[in-house]
Amino acid sequence: MDYATLLQVLDSTVRLATPLLLACLAGLFSERAGVIDIGLEGKMLIAAFFSAAIAAATGSVWLGLLAGLVSSVILSLVHGLASITFRGNQLISGVAINFLAAGLTVLIAQDWFGQGGRTPSLVGGGRWGDITLPFAETLAPVPILGPFYAELLSGHSILVYVGLLMVPLTWWVLFRTRFGLRLRAVGEAPEAVDTAGVSVTGLRYAAVAICGLLCGLAGSYLATGLQAGFVREMTAGRGYIALAALIFAKWRPWHALGACLLFGLLQAVALRYQNIDLGGLTIPVQLMDALPYILTVVILAGFVGKAIPPRAGGEPYVKER
Amino acid sequence: MDKLPPWADAVLVPLISLLLAAALSALVILGIGENPVEAFRLMVEGALLRSAGWGYTLYYATNFIFTGLAVAVAFHARLFNIGGEGQAMIGGLGVAVICLYLPWPHWTLALVAASASAAVFGAAWAFIPAYLQARRGSHIVITTIMFNFIAAALLNYLLVNVMKPPGQQDPATAVFPASTHLPTFQDMFATEAMPLFRGSPGNVTFFLAIAACVLVWLLIWRTRLGYEIRALGHSESAARYAGISPVRTIVVAMLISGGLAGLMGVNTAMGEAERLTMNATEGAGFIGIAVALMGRNHPMGVFLAAILFGFLYQGGAELALWTNIPRELIVVIQALVILFTGALDNMVRAPLARLFAARRRAT
Repeated sequence: MDYATLLQVLDSTVRLATPLLLACLAGLFSERAGVIDIGLEGKMLIAAFFSAAIAAATGSVWLGLLAGLVSSVILSLVHGLASITFRGNQLISGVAINFLAAGLTVLIAQDWFGQGGRTPSLVGGGRWGDITLPFAETLAPVPILGPFYAELLSGHSILVYVGLLMVPLTWWVLFRTRFGLRLRAVGEAPEAVDTAGVSVTGLRYAAVAICGLLCGLAGSYLATGLQAGFVREMTAGRGYIALAALIFAKWRPWHALGACLLFGLLQAVALRYQNIDLGGLTIPVQLMDALPYILTVVILAGFVGKAIPPRAGGEPYVKER
Repeated sequence: MDKLPPWADAVLVPLISLLLAAALSALVILGIGENPVEAFRLMVEGALLRSAGWGYTLYYATNFIFTGLAVAVAFHARLFNIGGEGQAMIGGLGVAVICLYLPWPHWTLALVAASASAAVFGAAWAFIPAYLQARRGSHIVITTIMFNFIAAALLNYLLVNVMKPPGQQDPATAVFPASTHLPTFQDMFATEAMPLFRGSPGNVTFFLAIAACVLVWLLIWRTRLGYEIRALGHSESAARYAGISPVRTIVVAMLISGGLAGLMGVNTAMGEAERLTMNATEGAGFIGIAVALMGRNHPMGVFLAAILFGFLYQGGAELALWTNIPRELIVVIQALVILFTGALDNMVRAPLARLFAARRRAT
């Protein structure tokens, strides 16, 4: 493999890792606050649809993004209603949200566009343009580093950079602010937070809403950045891979970046090479597809260090009277 | 919180949840500019007013009985088996292996062997998540989700690279030999004078599903193992104190659950397609969740809920055929049923409980 090919694979790694990363950080906020969310997939999907649909209708990718964020946050609030207010089963609520999004998107798409559950292809202002970082052109001829900067770092849509910036931001919010401390506390020992006179419900709703916003970004990027329009089931299990990455990262932001880049790389390689030939031994593409899931099971099995989730995860908080 | 009388818990709560889901679905249908009453009429007509419609309804219901029972058995041990989809796929593989590679003189023998094989394959697919949950505390929801994806990749690989006959385009096995074809309702009940169930896929597996309902009822409420499963589901510490091994019970409950999900493969691969195809499960593993929630984890409830979803599935196909409403409407209804009967249970239950408490005080 020559250097140019390597850069291409890494370039698509970054693109493919971005939705995973945004969804993974979304799950991070929610689960750190004690609300398990397996509805990441559904929220991404609905955001992908509404972003693409509104962008197609108005020609503005920004309005599309707004619609995507709103739709995703609404689903988040449904999840909050079920799991925080009515103390329902968070897993079941997440499953319901995934199906709700899978059904509604196709239903509405068929009604609005009549193209069998997809939106028209986005053109021009309906898609995120690629941003060329400063000096990318001038630095391109520099050996090794030039192409690295011009091909790999430069030339992505704005949401890729937003996703990357979210990593330090998430770290800062969670570990360097009062809000973050309380948010983490509410996922470990909600009774302590309650005793301190801080609203458990309020904090958990805040976390769930942030989760919705980040999922909205992820879905929006999928339909208006990575691809040009919505197709049915376009998230294709990315919400679950993000969940896997979250466990892989043991609920830490920087590790989440690493995990998502790894899973993005796996997707990029699977996309580029159908079957990988290793001198007589052929790795089928299906194995590459399944690898993120297999890795997650191995991690969960505790063979590579133990992944300990937030202690109060999945438990609705019942105030003592 | 105030307790509900048992009949209200078993009948009223699911019924209200269902009505809420139906009302919201009607709003969705209105929202996309169709008439919900007309849609319902079409669904009833297509699914229940013709014998062929019943043939389809019961075919789908057979799938949902198996996956619903699978979820219900796991729920009794307070395990959420979301991997019915993968277990059913692998169960189908078990059916294909039996039907393709062994000679069978008669379909009855083939049915027995294929059912056993489907159950074993499905159970095997549930074993690793079960073992990891029991021994190492790995969350079974996450592992079974992962195993769904791994099952799809494995099946895809086997169908494309190993089991597909040469020269064939679509990823599927060869057609099973004629001696393994199961009798459909048409074969069983249609006569010259009364051509019933024409062309519909409902088949003898339906009766296997009814038998499974009875067996699961016996298992859960009439055996020591069932008692252990329920005890573990109520309180792990109490179960352990009573000398019940949580590890063993978790693994056994999940093996039974996976086996039941695997049995669905008999219906899809042997009863309908008569070969193993890539997307035979069609999300039935997930509908099992809605069915089990709606049926309150009781075999009778699962049976009724499965018939209801069979009707919705067949009715939805009719809608897609005659109107502008795509089949995904069923996915929305399914989501709403899961939401109301599963996650928002307290929202329905709490006002009811207050109502009953007020009535009790009044008398």
